Amino acid sequence: MKTRISLKNVYKPSEDVVARDIHGEFIIIPITSGIGDSDEAIFSLNEFGKAIWGELDGKKNLKEIANLLTLKFEGSDKEIETDIIGLGEELLKKKIIVKL
Amino acid sequence: MKKEPYITRLDIELTERCNNNCIHCYINLPDDDLCAKKKELSTDKIKEILKEAVSLDCMTIRFTGGEPLLREDFEELYVFTRKQGLKVLIFTNATLINKRLAELFSRIPPLEKIEVTVYGINKNSYEAVTGKKGSFKAAEKGIKLLLKNKIPFVVKSAVLPPNKNETDKFEKWAMAIPDMDRLPSKSMFFDLRCRRDNEIKNRFIKKLRITPEEGIGILTREKDKYIKEMKEFCSKFTRPPGDDLFSCGAGFSGCADAYGYFLPCIMLKCPDTAYDLKNGTLEDAIVNFFPKIRAMRAKNKDYLKRCAKCFLKSLCEQCPAKSWMEHGTLDTPVEYFCEIAHAQAKFLGLVKPHEKAWEVTDWKERLRNFSRNVIPAEAGIQT
Ligand code: SF4
Ligand code: SF4
Repeated sequence: MKTRISLKNVYKPSEDVVARDIHGEFIIIPITSGIGDSDEAIFSLNEFGKAIWGELDGKKNLKEIANLLTLKFEGSDKEIETDIIGLGEELLKKKIIVKL
Repeated sequence: MKKEPYITRLDIELTERCNNNCIHCYINLPDDDLCAKKKELSTDKIKEILKEAVSLDCMTIRFTGGEPLLREDFEELYVFTRKQGLKVLIFTNATLINKRLAELFSRIPPLEKIEVTVYGINKNSYEAVTGKKGSFKAAEKGIKLLLKNKIPFVVKSAVLPPNKNETDKFEKWAMAIPDMDRLPSKSMFFDLRCRRDNEIKNRFIKKLRITPEEGIGILTREKDKYIKEMKEFCSKFTRPPGDDLFSCGAGFSGCADAYGYFLPCIMLKCPDTAYDLKNGTLEDAIVNFFPKIRAMRAKNKDYLKRCAKCFLKSLCEQCPAKSWMEHGTLDTPVEYFCEIAHAQAKFLGLVKPHEKAWEVTDWKERLRNFSRNVIPAEAGIQT
């Protein structure tokens, strides 16, 4: 089941996870139970995911983040927004980010 | 892109004290040893070490002891460690796991299976090993709490006179634990006191040691599986080590001991190879101190005649830590481990009866043949 996410909303990293850069691999480690998948506790983000993560400051909404990322990543505005929504849905479903 | 230096796992011995008093234990001090307790690292210093481990890209901290749960600040340290984004591997006897701790592990999972050593399947055998009245019940309660709270854990055992006839029963019980995906590991070739602090206990531990032949009997209970594993293992054998003392992973990471010394490996407590973390950092030890230790050369004549030329070195438990425990030097061959390695090699057909591995010259061919499925006729009968 898809978790609803909106470009108008503001999200921030959950306080129940820690993000770490291990040898250049950006990973999200759950602190409490119920985060992520039960069988795969540690979640890895690619460059695009890492860039989104860096902008999740609890102030910018996803649309504003998408605008910033169009300057850094290849692809049309629409494609970037679609990718952000896709990843955002997954992170929200796994309770790695929370809606403000 | 790898950052240098880095460590993947750090061992932290939170205490050398234990609430059990196992007959074979190489490290334990009494739980009420105030002198030892006073010397132990403070909570803040351990947190400082943990933070540095994070900066070195460490992923897992192994909390061990003695009994790590004995430390009054265990919960605080555990939560702190997890909040740093570290996984925690706990080695425990489970006797101190209470409802509160089990709920904590459920709320904040360690992300590594807890490893519980079980010393006997019933009160008599268990307490004959631990020497503590009530310890069986306490361990049973701890294990039940782990099960009830669905905390992932595995069990392991130590083969000792009071429990050595229980193996089948123990394994049957162990394999019913949800997270056991293989038979429980068993320690059986026991080490002497790692601090070289108790001659009487050392004599006792020596008496508890099973013979190499008994050990092979246990190792080869599943003979085909054992031979298959050994084939894979032996195919990776390199060459006799020469005078290199450390052909292992010691010093690439290490163990912070209970008193703030960083050891190149958890077993090696020799003061000359320990780095004082109270006046230094993990990074300094890894970059500047441990490489000097790893570069040490063996000088002992017996070692140079035997181990330095021995193709069984990878199979053998002989190492600077074992030598230190046994002889107080880093490079003296340990006869017990030598006998075990030879017994295994005889079983596998790698050496002939009465042959000494260091005298074998065609070892490359023997290893090649063994790994290539040519099992010498003797395999399996030289026990
Ligand atoms: S429970 Fe472990 S640390 Fe404690 S005495 Fe037994 S073997 Fe040693
Ligand atoms: S088998 Fe004996 S000679 Fe060979 S490495 Fe072990 S202790 Fe040394």
